[in-house]
Amino acid sequence: MMEYIFSLEFIYLIASITYILGLKMLGHPETARKGNLIAAAGMTLAILGTIFLYQGEVPMFIYSLIGIAIIIGTIIGWVIAKKVAMTKMPELVSLFNGMGGASAALIGLIEFHHYVGDTISIVTILAGIIIGSISFSGSMIAWGKLNGTITKPIRLPKYNILNNIIFIILIAFSAFMAYSGTDSQLYLYILFFGALAYGILFVVPIGGADMPVVISLLNSFTGLAAALGGFLYGNMVMLTGGILVGSAGTILTFAMCDAMNRSLFNVIFGGFGDTDTADNEGSSGKIQGTIKKATVSDVAILMNYSQRIIFVPGYGLAVAQAQHAIHELEQLLINKGIEVKYAIHPVAGRMPGHMNVLLAETNVDYDKLAEMEDVNPEFKNTDVVFVVGANDVVNPAAHNDSSSPIYGMPILDVENAKQIIINKRSMKPGYAGIENELFYNQKTSMLFGDAKTVIQALITELKGM
Amino acid sequence: MTELIDFISNNLQIIYIVILMIFVGVEVIGHVPAVLHTPLMSGANAIHGVVIIGAIIVMLSADPENILALALGFVAVLLGTLNVVGGFVVTDRMLEMFKKKK
Repeated sequence: MMEYIFSLEFIYLIASITYILGLKMLGHPETARKGNLIAAAGMTLAILGTIFLYQGEVPMFIYSLIGIAIIIGTIIGWVIAKKVAMTKMPELVSLFNGMGGASAALIGLIEFHHYVGDTISIVTILAGIIIGSISFSGSMIAWGKLNGTITKPIRLPKYNILNNIIFIILIAFSAFMAYSGTDSQLYLYILFFGALAYGILFVVPIGGADMPVVISLLNSFTGLAAALGGFLYGNMVMLTGGILVGSAGTILTFAMCDAMNRSLFNVIFGGFGDTDTADNEGSSGKIQGTIKKATVSDVAILMNYSQRIIFVPGYGLAVAQAQHAIHELEQLLINKGIEVKYAIHPVAGRMPGHMNVLLAETNVDYDKLAEMEDVNPEFKNTDVVFVVGANDVVNPAAHNDSSSPIYGMPILDVENAKQIIINKRSMKPGYAGIENELFYNQKTSMLFGDAKTVIQALITELKGM
Repeated sequence: MTELIDFISNNLQIIYIVILMIFVGVEVIGHVPAVLHTPLMSGANAIHGVVIIGAIIVMLSADPENILALALGFVAVLLGTLNVVGGFVVTDRMLEMFKKKK
């Protein structure tokens, strides 16, 4: 019995359970952190078990190589993960996802010639190479887009048809490789580079606003690639972990699309913002009226005599690094007896839940962060809504303008509040590139300026009152 | 057709696991509040780092003479480790912030 407890199968069973348990616990704020640690412990166990319980003769220097690779990877991974600013979180997830994809593709490249002749294994290996490579190169492009290295969606002429043709060729070519029983390394590398190119072409035309969906999709791709590796080796922990992430990642992808009222098809083939820009030029002419500008002291006075204030933070707040300032403003207003809340749109920031992470970093009370469904009915009883660096998530066009690309997207109904203060750097449209009629609303005052500077000025004014 | 039947009967256990795991994945994510989507995605991202197990197996079973396989395997283990360690640490960092309420 003791022997079985220390066997690799048993360790893999334990690890698989920790993944399920970990993911489950990640779904509740109170248990989330523990869940992550449990899954991490399971992973460590599985890795150590694989190394030390391996049956077979392995030269010492190979053990050393594995050890060195793990140590280097641990140090680099740890340092990057600890050092990176919270605003950079989405691109970091993308980066790590790409690493996993690359690892899966490399496994396939090495194992290919060992399995020549065994059609099912070859199909598994080739599928792993294709999916892993797409996940790697796609994630790198997504990473570049999110950190601003790649700014514009790049579209080759007829890119959708071109991409589909390349994809079909990849599938046909790998089918040929599997059934011809070839052991050609040249073919193998052609497939590998073809898949890498497809990953780039797949992500490059997609606009930056849709990157979280893309990352989530590629995340489930890497899961699938890991599962294929598990199938190849009959390795249960890779199989369970991979499938779990593949299926959970797919659901998460759909949940994100839902929150933005975009279909996955639309994200991938849609070309958001391209044809839309043409429409916008037309519709921007439709929005008429004047905007009202407010000064810092106007807003300070308004806030000082309010009873209920709701903050609507957007990515602009994060870019300006104004999370700490807004928390200070919130504390100051609460000390004056004013009720303050944050209304968080599900896709505020660059990823669902991103804004919550950013605000939690500054110690904002978790209970003060209200989700969209809960906070929307409250706007009509709110004296002042303070929109900081958010735009598309408060754009009423999502309700009224069926020609708008964001039509149907659930938004925060800030226009129901008594007064709306919008802080922006300029009149530039938001991430989706659409005009916002809210700015021309009679109840709206625009407070132009950098979020951090403006909020700090507000704090100074309010302190003097 | 017979090949397909053969495939199914030979891999029945794996097919069961795949089907059940798909449903577990769906079920586990189904009831998660939007606020936790980012940490959850990050956590899932770390879990698919399990691919490192495959990379380790490649290294352990590699022919010691085959320098190319060893080099690629080395890179695969390194990248897999980055995925695992980076993924879990970053998720922990995100979640650490949720906890800090007085």
